[in-house]
Amino acid sequence: MKVSVQAQDFDAGAEIRALSRDPKVGAVASFIGVVREAGMTLEHYPGMTERALQKIVDEARGRWQVLDCTVIHRIGALKPTDQIVLVAVASGHRGDAFAACEFIMDYLKTQAPFWKKEAAGWVEAKASDDKAAERWK
Amino acid sequence: MKVKVLFFAALREQLGSSAEEIELPSGVATVAALRSHLIARGGAWQSALAEGKLVRMAVNQDMAKPSAALKAGDEVAFFPPVTGG
Repeated sequence: MKVSVQAQDFDAGAEIRALSRDPKVGAVASFIGVVREAGMTLEHYPGMTERALQKIVDEARGRWQVLDCTVIHRIGALKPTDQIVLVAVASGHRGDAFAACEFIMDYLKTQAPFWKKEAAGWVEAKASDDKAAERWK
Repeated sequence: MKVKVLFFAALREQLGSSAEEIELPSGVATVAALRSHLIARGGAWQSALAEGKLVRMAVNQDMAKPSAALKAGDEVAFFPPVTGG
């Protein structure tokens, strides 16, 4: 299990390949978030961010078969088309991999202390993100 | 008792403060009471933290409810709803 909060970009292909080395792995589901239209700066709460992401991963492991998992979230200045976040989950079968990957993203959106600031100001939280997280309760 | 209080993102900018040590008056023993204590400073504190503003709180780096109890040395954070991902 790997959780990383970092300024530098990541190689999604290499991260995903690293999750499929165990012969028990039959499925790797992944999600990549990308900066749309406007550039932004991402602020976070050092310490709590890593802790919150680890707790979300632990919660996913309690609900589904998660053989391995990688969560990378970038901070600092990002421009359109930059990658922001990677969630990749390795499991025996696709059902658990898809569900755990989506769950981790939904919880990350509402529980991990990151804040986006665009040229126009701070991005407002969306009610649709709260709804997406609610359905896993 | 003393606690460390942190502010992030829009709140940090509105308050002009990212961190401070606060000596809590007796009777201020929960996160909600600390918020009220800060609101009582008036000005930007009152407008940024007023009841009805969406403010999230954490104690020792875990999300916390307004009723969460405080003890000496705690790290308490106030911030807007998160927008990562």
